Amino acid sequence: MKQFGIFIQKELFHIFRDRRTLLILLGMPIVLVLLFGFAITNEIDNARIAILDQSKGEMSQKITQRLLASGYFLIDENLREVAEIEQHFREGKTKMAIVFPPELQENLRRNLPTQIQLIADATDPNTATTLINYASAIIGRYVQDQGRGQAMPLQIHTEVKMLYNPRLKSVFMFVPGVMTVILMLVSAMMTSIAITREKELGTMEVLLASPLRPAMIIIGKVIPYILLALANTVVILMLGAFVFGMPIKGSLFLLALECLLFVITSLALGILISTRTESQQVAMLISLMMLMLPTILLSGFIFPIESMPLALQVISNIIPAKWFIIILKNVMLKGTGVEFIWKESLILGGMALFFIGASVRNFKIRLE
Amino acid sequence: MVPAITADKLTKKFGDFTAVNQITFEVQKGEIFGFLGANGAGKTTAMRMLNGLSRPTSGQASVAGFDVYRETEKIKKHIGYMSQKFSLYEDLTVRENIQFYGGIYGLPGREIRHQIKELIGGLGMQEYANTLVKAIPLGWKQKLSFSIAIMHRPEIVFLDEPTGGVDPITRRQFWEMIYKAASEGMTIFVTTHYMDESEYCGRVSIMVDGRIAALDTPRALKEQFGASSMNDVFLQLTRPNQHGS
Amino acid sequence: MRTIFFIVRKEFLQIFRHKVMLPLIFLMPIIQLVILAHAADFEVKNINLHIVDQDKSQASQQLISKFQASRNFNIIGYSFSSRLAFDEVQSGDADLFLEIPPHFYRDLIRNNKASLQLSVNAINGVQAGLANAYANAIIQDFNGEIRTELANTSAGTAPGGLSITYSNWFNPEMNYKTFMVPGILVLLVTLIGMFLSGMNIVKEKEIGTIEQINVTPIRKHQFIIGKLLPFWIIALVELSIGLAVGWLVFDIPFVGSLWLIYGFAAVYLLVVLGLGLLVSTFTETQQQAMFISWFLLIIFILMSGLFTPIESMPEWAQAITRFNPVAYFVEVMRMVLLKGSGLMDIRQHCIVMLTAALAVNVLAVLNYRKTN
Repeated sequence: MKQFGIFIQKELFHIFRDRRTLLILLGMPIVLVLLFGFAITNEIDNARIAILDQSKGEMSQKITQRLLASGYFLIDENLREVAEIEQHFREGKTKMAIVFPPELQENLRRNLPTQIQLIADATDPNTATTLINYASAIIGRYVQDQGRGQAMPLQIHTEVKMLYNPRLKSVFMFVPGVMTVILMLVSAMMTSIAITREKELGTMEVLLASPLRPAMIIIGKVIPYILLALANTVVILMLGAFVFGMPIKGSLFLLALECLLFVITSLALGILISTRTESQQVAMLISLMMLMLPTILLSGFIFPIESMPLALQVISNIIPAKWFIIILKNVMLKGTGVEFIWKESLILGGMALFFIGASVRNFKIRLE
Repeated sequence: MVPAITADKLTKKFGDFTAVNQITFEVQKGEIFGFLGANGAGKTTAMRMLNGLSRPTSGQASVAGFDVYRETEKIKKHIGYMSQKFSLYEDLTVRENIQFYGGIYGLPGREIRHQIKELIGGLGMQEYANTLVKAIPLGWKQKLSFSIAIMHRPEIVFLDEPTGGVDPITRRQFWEMIYKAASEGMTIFVTTHYMDESEYCGRVSIMVDGRIAALDTPRALKEQFGASSMNDVFLQLTRPNQHGS
Repeated sequence: MRTIFFIVRKEFLQIFRHKVMLPLIFLMPIIQLVILAHAADFEVKNINLHIVDQDKSQASQQLISKFQASRNFNIIGYSFSSRLAFDEVQSGDADLFLEIPPHFYRDLIRNNKASLQLSVNAINGVQAGLANAYANAIIQDFNGEIRTELANTSAGTAPGGLSITYSNWFNPEMNYKTFMVPGILVLLVTLIGMFLSGMNIVKEKEIGTIEQINVTPIRKHQFIIGKLLPFWIIALVELSIGLAVGWLVFDIPFVGSLWLIYGFAAVYLLVVLGLGLLVSTFTETQQQAMFISWFLLIIFILMSGLFTPIESMPEWAQAITRFNPVAYFVEVMRMVLLKGSGLMDIRQHCIVMLTAALAVNVLAVLNYRKTN
């Protein structure tokens, strides 16, 4: 046991000596949460639009003012001819063009049908849809105001309740995601590389020749990373709670247990990778391609799983992060207890056992 | 005749620690110069200053007539170096390593092909030519490193503990290779902590705590210290009190 | 030149000595591209809806059938109690539930107005917003129908006969993949390039072979170029395979000039690889190099406009993106491939990239020390 303690001490030295890595490991979650909280959003405002006003009348000007007053739009340019629209789109800044026809004023006076044309740069379909919706609504409201809106009969009013996140803050969505990615990074990617490093430098042989049992060596190597991962978890949760007012409704104890479970699963994955690789570069590429990208993209962190094609929804089931994110959201935002998440927890536990079993098997084969 | 290496009060400090303290010596062309000392005495640091890997803190030195401050890149054209840490690419084959270093030193293609044949033949490693370096025995790795270090016919070759961890027979063969290179006019600057090896050197310097404690031919040193072997000389220098009793 | 050739050859030998490297570098990213393009879809489909119908009238039936007909919604249950519905949301089975209160229809007729209640799981704010919008559109539509049926007034025609038409240029089918694939391709090429180059020089430091290189008369720029070139070639091959997949599998329109894409990519890669090498020159271990690269990359990627529009970011964040090479390449790929922008349209991007390439690589050369 004393030897084991010394061994862990050596691992801790490795990590703490390397100030730069430590700084990044502790700083990265902070930067990520702040970026997601303050900089990254899907809401659109100040979109640049171009206006082609062929009518040059009072109405087109009033509509333009309304659009500007909404805060969603900025006028990038006043155009003179249709051909300029495409040119502006190609240069990339302008997202939408509004065309007022020459006969706008005239037709309106005579009560003839008239069209205002909205042309969107739909390379980004979501932005295009949103901008057209905003603009249509604003123009529609203007027109209704003009007609002194006689109240519509048979009004159905829909009362909307946004559960768990009434102000639709995206940070609520991202905090569990960032936590998952960081834990995965520290636990799986770091350990796989740390162990492979000993192999590449030849120091693994020395350790294996020591009286420490191989299992102890591996456990000793991963313990510091468990500590780091848990420190990161605490930092992220504190940021979420104090900076963004994110609630933690469920039990903290349960949350801690679940985090530990996920960390163990990730560590097991990292160890499994390291049993199969000889060089740090290979370990890194495997971690990157098989762990990090799926964790970011297939776990429901950024993109909703329900919208994916069926095949991907099936694949997403083998990604530990998916289950962990479900657990996190349940415990943190909904305040549910074990009764709602025992299934997910069991799946994670099963995965951890499987990875550990596979690593042990690989390790034995290598020793024989 | 210009000496191959001159050092005048050459010093290297790392913070408060003085690794090499005002060493002064000359090495003549064609000489086998032994650089002895315990681990940590400053041998490697001194060598790294001479071959341009490390910048001296103070003092003067020149190698092959070039200044170690201003002309490190010129020095590098005239020297070969075999570092203490094994420095061939383990994931390249023997042949690929020779090809690579030949290319880096700017040998023409025909010369490289010739060297591959010559070198592998000379070492008797035909069967290993296409083996990854990590799979060949240590003794052969060391001999290969040396052959590669002198492949471009440098004027001076620096060897840092070239025989560390090698069996006596291979060490013997290794020194034969060194003699052969010296007989062709190469200057050899070699560090070692095997005292028996110092007997093979023309002159040796013994470093203790960053200083040169003694410098002469092995025979003169033994006479001076009244010792029967270089090992004795070394012990007297490093642990004068114990030996005096 | 010859020296550089020897380094390049050595690097290639080393990279592909590991059998796993070939598939890892070329096959995996392509699989990722195909998978991610399908995953990275912000279009919200299959929203799970639970309906609580306490009215049980003809009108409520009509509303429900409108939801059934919608492509966006997937009705997973009906009940009388909102508690049950809430549990479904709590357990994650339902994304939202619609409550039709008792006497909904009666109130509508009698009072000329009635209300419905929509409760949305809003943890994912974006998704919740869209789900709400879709549901509201259906309800409005239903409102219009009811109005026409009962009140016999024509719904929604604005006075003055003014109407709004819209068209979506460059991507009339509103295909989200067309938008994402070029961006994901940038992501993959960048990841592979930066990590391979970032870990490269530091690997030689860690193993000790760098000493042997440093005592040779090799020039610093020869060394850096020799280290850069292999990854530059690999990344360009990778880009080509990715573009081919985009064309064959995803029908990405190649509106603009491919030469322009390659020209820009060539310069862009110099920036990314140069950054990797720069990281490599001031780190001591591969682990360290990897972490610094990872840190840089994750910020680059999140701030690149790949997943969320740059225009939506606050001013200070937009200012940061001006120093982000990934943002430039993502934009150029989309502009040239999808809109057919020409050299004149992207001239500013080109100037910035060229300057950055020069600066980063000069720094890498300067920061690489043969003598310590």
